[in-house]
Parts: sequence; structure tokens; C-alpha cells
Amino acid sequence: MNSIAGAAGAGCLMALGVGLYARQASALPSQALRPPGARGEAQFLSACIRCGLCVRDCPYNTLKLATLGSSVATGTPYFEARAIPCEMCDDIPCVKACPTGALDRELSDISKARMGLAVLTDHETCLNFLGLRCDVCYRVCPVIDKAITLEIVHNPRSDRHAMLLPTVHSDYCTGCGKCEKSCVLPVAAIKVYPIKLAKGKLPEHYRKGWEEKAKAGGSLIGDQIKLPVRGLEETAP
Amino acid sequence: MTMNRRDFIKVNAIAAAAASAGISLPAIATKAQEAAASTDIRWDKACCRFCGTGCSVLIGTQNGRVVATQGDPDAPVNRGLNCIKGYFLSKIMYGGDRLTQPMLRKKNGVYDKNGEFTPVSWDEAFGVMAQKWKETLKKDGPAGVGMFGSGQWTIWEGYAASKLMKAGFRSNNIDPNARHCMASAVAGFMRTFGMDEPMGCYDDIENADNFVLWGPNMAEMHPILWSRITDRRLSHPNCEVHVLSTFEHRSFELADNGMIFVPQTDLAIMNYICNHIIQSGKVDHDFIKKHANFKIGETDIGYGLRPNNPLEKDAQFNGYPGPDGKPKHNPNDARDSNFEEFKKFVSEYTLEKTEKLSGVPAANLKRLAELYADPKKKVVSYWTMGFNQHTRGSWANNMIYNIHLLVGKISEPGNGPFSLTGQPSACGTAREVGTFSHRLPADLVVTNPEHRKHAEEIWQLPEGTIPDKIGLHAVAQSRALKDGKLKCYWTQTTNNMQAGPNINGETYPGWRNPATFIVVSDAYPTVSAMAADLILPAAMWVEKEGAYGNAERRTQFWRQQVKAPGEARSDLWQLMEFSKHFKIEDVWPAELIAKKPQYKGKTLFDVLYKNGVVNKFPMAELKTVNQHAIKDYRNDESDAYGFYVQKGLFEEYAKFGRGHGHDLAPFDMYHKARGLRWPVVDGKETLWRYREGYDPYVKKGEGIRFYGQKDGKAVIFALPYQHPPEMPDKDFDLWLCTGRVLEHWHTGSMTQRVPELHRAVPEAQVFMHPDDAKKRGLQRGMLVKVSSRRGEIKARIETRGRNKPPVGLVFVPFFDEARLVNKLTLDATCPISKQTDFKKCAVKVTKV
Repeated sequence: MNSIAGAAGAGCLMALGVGLYARQASALPSQALRPPGARGEAQFLSACIRCGLCVRDCPYNTLKLATLGSSVATGTPYFEARAIPCEMCDDIPCVKACPTGALDRELSDISKARMGLAVLTDHETCLNFLGLRCDVCYRVCPVIDKAITLEIVHNPRSDRHAMLLPTVHSDYCTGCGKCEKSCVLPVAAIKVYPIKLAKGKLPEHYRKGWEEKAKAGGSLIGDQIKLPVRGLEETAP
Repeated sequence: MTMNRRDFIKVNAIAAAAASAGISLPAIATKAQEAAASTDIRWDKACCRFCGTGCSVLIGTQNGRVVATQGDPDAPVNRGLNCIKGYFLSKIMYGGDRLTQPMLRKKNGVYDKNGEFTPVSWDEAFGVMAQKWKETLKKDGPAGVGMFGSGQWTIWEGYAASKLMKAGFRSNNIDPNARHCMASAVAGFMRTFGMDEPMGCYDDIENADNFVLWGPNMAEMHPILWSRITDRRLSHPNCEVHVLSTFEHRSFELADNGMIFVPQTDLAIMNYICNHIIQSGKVDHDFIKKHANFKIGETDIGYGLRPNNPLEKDAQFNGYPGPDGKPKHNPNDARDSNFEEFKKFVSEYTLEKTEKLSGVPAANLKRLAELYADPKKKVVSYWTMGFNQHTRGSWANNMIYNIHLLVGKISEPGNGPFSLTGQPSACGTAREVGTFSHRLPADLVVTNPEHRKHAEEIWQLPEGTIPDKIGLHAVAQSRALKDGKLKCYWTQTTNNMQAGPNINGETYPGWRNPATFIVVSDAYPTVSAMAADLILPAAMWVEKEGAYGNAERRTQFWRQQVKAPGEARSDLWQLMEFSKHFKIEDVWPAELIAKKPQYKGKTLFDVLYKNGVVNKFPMAELKTVNQHAIKDYRNDESDAYGFYVQKGLFEEYAKFGRGHGHDLAPFDMYHKARGLRWPVVDGKETLWRYREGYDPYVKKGEGIRFYGQKDGKAVIFALPYQHPPEMPDKDFDLWLCTGRVLEHWHTGSMTQRVPELHRAVPEAQVFMHPDDAKKRGLQRGMLVKVSSRRGEIKARIETRGRNKPPVGLVFVPFFDEARLVNKLTLDATCPISKQTDFKKCAVKVTKV
């Protein structure tokens, strides 16, 4: 009798533990990325039936199912970019395999996927920020020149080389993780995070004047008077 | 091949274990000494092992192992920077499968062409090798033996090899892999200027207004130079970068005027530019009157294919034997001409015609032409393999000079044509030492009796030792092996079974031909090593004392920093040690020996290396020359032979060029400098050649003198556009272009063994236009078959990657030994330079 009660008590404790754990796991760890087309985390978790079909159909073994004890909700699909990134298949087999719409079947163009956002987190260790010519993350990017560009600045130390700084653009980055996977450092200087974690937000009260001007095709306030400058009349426009 | 890579590694590991067991006592003794040594890192200088840029690095050594490197912050080329390959230099010597013992194919304890690789001693290895060489020399003469090296030989290795082959074995069948790389550049320089190598230097970058890239993807292949060009583009007002290629690559990112042209039509574009310059009245007539001659080159020159190829049968100037057995005319021939004829010749290359032919919009072509024509704009032109690996590669090089000469934009800071190199010592070793089948040191050639005589004097050889006939060049060597005409073949510092063209059709059948005996010296079990009969384990890079010469004529030295693993030995030691196995009577006829009877009974080692000059510098000099950097310095070769081997070889070699425009500084000086650009005269470097004030060989009042030519005038050549030998058709409907990626160097034998670089780019992909993929029902990432008339490979396709080919062209890199793209390439060459065209052949891509 005692032993039965004890076992039941233990069972209750365990259930409680699993419940707590599950709640904690619903906050996705920063390095776990959902498959392409995954809905918002709460919606995804309620729609995903843990069937594993997306994992089965991933040709590159990118996706895996979270196991009990991992910090991702048990049975749900995820991937870690540093281990195996998403190869961005044109036909998106994982999404096709999803029976519930946890992965959005409307996603037909893989470049529209937003699995996360690459962030060059460490400027102190990134070799290109030291002036070296690594830029591996840029060259392996499947959306090269859009999702990652190389921004050029003068290297004041060497004084005759330019630094080519990898710069991520959230308009195009799919979060596939090829950059993080390929970073040659022992710990990657560029990492893919869930967009919520990665992205800042601009407020409404300030606009980028140069962009507004470009959008409008000219100054928002039209032509203004410009007087010549005394002594510099020759060079005035 | 009789064993796979895994088996090989296993055998090799056993060999390594046995080797270390055999020498356990001394090994422990050394280790104990090292442990006592210190935990400090010793820093010394070296230059990067990879491309022709020649970045300087500092090598950190601790307890007999290279543990770290850094870019040398004071080096003029790179100022402390490196590309991602240079960043991992400290790891290239420590791949898990380093070769540490000679391996011979054996069956039942004896050599057998179809035997298994078996560890053998150096004695046995050289014994078997020497026996094969002697048998062949006896039966077939010097024509039966050959050697293939590279622009990765150190200067003294190339020199020792050239001497062994040309003087020792009396065979000119020695060629470097630079034949695949730089031969067209050389032919271009020799035809136009009568003297090899660029007139300018990297300082042109900071002095130029504009840059034109004729093909090279410098953003990936010359990354540190590219960041210099990028900085100039960024900081110099109105600086423009024009980029031409047959596909869009990373350098287009900086392009103000990017142009994709139909393969081979670069020839037409260059003629159009000349036409534009003439028509718009921008010719610098004063310059060309004083400094240029005009010639019209022969055009019916074939494609360097086998003589029985239909394309060669009718060609009248390919130099092959005609119906009467005599050689047909020389493809190098040209007749004298003048400006008026040249003007007429290029006049047919109108803007309209060139646009149609090349596919480049007229506006872009015109913008490029106007840049060259504008007398106020300084222009540097760069090229590498696009011009050189071209069946009209020598012409392409001549034609870029035409442009610069017409407008006089040459030989001054920021103005000039600059031929980039792909290997660290393509210039320093292959070209300057002259390890080609037709060359001797310092631009001398074997076909010139005066030159041979001069070399024989320096080498203290009887007159008539050096053969007057040009030996077999790279592609001809492969063909001769297949045909059983070349029998004994030794390759060092190169991987031709992966890098050479048409390996299915020519190279592999030659190497596995029962009539041949193939020896490969390498640090790693490359594709070539696995296809050989005898593998010799080689020391690499700072495991030996070395010297390289980069593209801007900069000669750089380094000291031996560490010992090679196991029984691996330097290529230099291998060459010199092998020479001991031959008595002069084994290799020279009696009448030749009779001219120098003192050589009777001597070995090749005695005659070539212990000749009173090479062995002139005693062991004590190792210390006096190097003790500022390493106390009690010594190196393995000098230890082996009892004299300062490298200094002796270098000083003998330098005799060829000093006083003749190729002046190298004294040996000791290079060990104290960050490289020096030759000619080094009166203690000064030369940055721009052929111009008064910069070049000591141009006298006061001469202004400019192209002194490689007797009359001091460079040659402007009238040469046409011609089709390549193979173009896409209905069966093979795509152009194939091969090349490199930034992360891997050449065949990847070093960089693929750096885990980080392998992870970054693990395999070669087929870069293809998305529309071409769609048309064939292919998807990005799919495994596809790429096939040509010569073979097929399987690889994954990439439609989004770093290279964006136009419709109709695919690009496949050649670093991946698991996807040998050179099974597909055609062994057509420029008939003048004999350099292969790896940039154009016809393939098809299908679903697997």
C-alpha cells in the first residue's frame, strides 16, 4: 500500500516536472530553428502533431525531432544551423509533408522562408572586421548579394586595403544557417537566431530622410531657393 | 588503381608506426631536448604557400612544430593581412594522412606495376628508380626519361631539377605545371618585349585611376590584392573598375562596367578597342614611332591537339610533321608590318560586329574602349587564366599589350598591363629558373647555341652537353607516356592527375601504361600519388629552407623552421640524392666525357652539385647568414651534404642573370629582407622596368627602352579572332569553364585537409543558370551528370551561388578529388605556348 502510494506520488511529481519542463521548452532556445514555413511559435506548437513527417522527408538530415530532455518541445522538428543548416530545397519537401499546416503550405518559394535571421554577433573575432579576406559566410549564402552583402570601408591600419564587411539584410535572409555552419572560427562569429530575438525595431517618430527622398523621387518639400556664396561664385552649382 | 584511399591511409599509418618504432631512440632523445627547450614561440618570416600574390607571414614555432602564424604587419604586399587560406597556413602540414615513408607497388616482395603499395626504404626506392632510369637511358636514350615539376618548387629545387635533367640526363623533357598556368603569359612577353615578366608591380594599384579585369576573379583568387584595388576604388575620385568574364563572379560586385562575353571573343573585343583608339585619333604616335614595331602573326596554327586530329591535318603553321616528314611552319612566325596595315587589319572589328560576336552591349564596349583611349586616365589591366588558358593565349597576351602600347600607357606608376600569377613561384622558379622544356635560367633557351654555351660554361660542362632540341611539354609528356615513348617519369610538387586536362583520355592511360614507371613526390596521397608506381614522401613549405618569387618580381626567402615527419625529405634532397646513383658513364656518351676527362668515374652528384661552386659555402655560413633569426641555425640538406646547399645553388644560378637585366641580390641579403624586386642593382630594387629613372638598364636620355628586343622596340601584333576548337553543339550543348574558389587552392591537397576550409566548401558544385536547370528538369542541390566527349562526373548543381553563369555555360571548380572535372576537359593548347585551355569545352548536363 505504502509502496503504491509512493509510486503514485512519484508519478505526480514526475508529471508536474514534465509540465514545468514543457512550459519552459515552449520558449524556444536561441540556437534551435524551426523548419521553413513554421508558424509563430505558439501557433506552431498547437498545430504540430509531432508526427515527424517533415523530418523524414528532409533530404539533408537537417531537421530532427526534439527528444525528451532537450530544451525544445519534445517531438517537434527543429534544426541547429551550426550542425546541419537548411539547404533551401526548391520544392520544400518538409512543408509538403506537413499534414496539419503547422508548416504553412502557402510557402512555395523557399527564398520567402524566414526560419531565423543571421546576425554577425561578434565584430571582434570576425576575420573580415580584422581586415582579412575570409568572407566565407558571404560566399556560401544562397541569397548572396541580397541577404548578405560586403560593405566596403577603408582599413585605416593597413592604409592600403579595404575591409569587406559582411552585412546581413533581413529583407532577404531566410535564416537557412549556411553562414553559421561555414564560419571558420572555433565558435561562429555569425549566428542565426529566431527573428524575434534578432531583430530590433524602429519607432514611427523618425524617418530616414534619404530613403523618403528616394521613394518620392525628389525632396519632399520641392525645390528651394539657393543663393550663391560670396567669394565662391565660380564654384557654386 | 589497386587500393582505395582508406586502405592507403591504413597502410601509411602502419608505415609511420614502423618508421617511428625503427628510430625510437633518437626520436625520444630529440623530444627530450625539445621539451627542455622552452614554451616560448619563436617567430620567423616566410611567404604564404599558396597563390602568386606573395603575402608575407610570420611563422610561430614551438618545440619543433608550427603552432601559429600571423600576417607580417610590416610586409609591403599584405601589411599583416591574409586571406582565409593564409589564415590556416599553420595547419597545412599536419593533415592526418601525411606521407612518411616511400611506398612502392609490389607483388611477392618485388616491384610490380599492378602490385600493392608497400613501404620501402629510401635505398630501395632509389635503387628501383635508378635501375628503371638506367635501363631506359640505355634503350631509349635521354628522350625516354622525363620530369614534371611546378611553380611550387623552391628556386633551388627547380634549379637542381633543371640541372639534373638538362645537364645530367641530357634531356629537355622537363616541364613545370606552370605550363598549364603561365606559358601563354611567357610567350606573350617574349613575343612582344623579348623578355619575360611584368614591367610593373603591385604599387601600380595605389597609382592607377582605373582597373580593367580581363577575366580574373581577383575577389576570390587574389583576395589581398583585391582588397587593395577595392580600397583604391573607394578612396580615389572617379576610379572605375571594368570587369570582363564569361560568367558573373565575385569581382563583378565592384564593377562599374561588368561585361559577360561569349567565350573566346575577348580577342575580338581587344581588336575593337585598338580600332576605336585609332578611329578616334587617340594613338600616341610619338610613342609608337619611337618604341614599337608592327608585325602580322601567322594564323593557320592549329590547336595543339594530336597531329592526327582533323583540326591539325590541314593547319599549315602548327609545327607538326607534314606529309614530307619535315615540320610544317612555326606557329610563332610573324612577318614585319606597319601602322597602316595594322589599322586596316583591326578596322573590321567595328562596334557593331564586336557586339554581335561577343554578346556585350555596345554601350559597355564603348565605355571600355574610351577608358583606354583617354590620355588623361591611367589604366592597369589584369589577367590570369582567362587569357593564359586559351587556345589563342599567346595572342591574347600580345593583344592586351597592343592596346597599352598604342596609347603609351605602360611602364609607369599606375599605367600598364599586369599578368597575375596563380602559383607562389610561377615567376621565381618556373620562369626565372627556366624549368620549361625549352628554357634555361634568365630567359635563355635551349635552341640558341650561344645560350647553351653560356649555360655549359657556368655549369662547367663539356660543350654539347645540353641538348638543342626542345623537350616534351606538359601535354606532350602525357601523350608520350600513353604512346610508350616516355618511360620514366618523376613529378614533384604537383598533382597532374587531377589538374591536367583530359585525364581519362591521355594522362591516366599513360601513367598506368605497363611500359612506364611513374614516381610521384608529394606530402599527401593525392590522386597523382595513388596513380603512381612509386611514392616519395616530401617535406613541404617551412620543413625546408626555401625561396619563392611572386608576380611582381619579388624574391622571398625563408629558413627551415621544423623537420618533416617520419622519413619525408625535401624535393631538393631527393633530387641530389638520386643523382648519386648515376656514374657519368651511365648518362653521357664517351665522346662527351672525353672533352672533360676529369669527370671520368664521377657521379652526377659530383659533377652537378659538388662542382666547386655549389659546394663553395661551408657549414659555418649557415650560422653567419642566419643567426640573427635562429641561433645555431641548420637545415637538413646542408646537414646531409656538409655544405650550405641552398646558398651554393642560388649563387651559381644568380650568375645567369646578374648584369643581364635579371639581377638577383646576394643570397644573404634575402634572408634579412621582406623580399626584393629584381633587377636588384647597386643595392636598389626595381619597381617599373623599361623606363628611365626607374630601371637601371635604361640609359639617361632614352626615356623608354624595351631592351629585351635588340632594337629596344616592343612589337604590336596584328592577330584575328578565331573560333575555339570545340564549341557547344546539339549533343553537348553547354560551355564548361573550370577554375578555383577562394577557400581551396588548386587541387585542394593542402586546403582540403584543413577541417575549417573543408567544412566551408566541402565539394565542388556545378554552377548553372536557373533557366538552364529548369529546361533540363533539374533543381538546385540535385546530383547531376556532367559529360563531355571524354568523360563524365557527378556533382550537385548550384543555381544561387557565388558564380552566376549566363544561359549556356556551366562553371565547375577543380579542387575536389572526388569530382575530377578534368576528366571532361579537352587537351587542346595554344600552339605557340603549349598551354591548355581549361576554360572552354563542350559538355551536357543530365539527371542522374
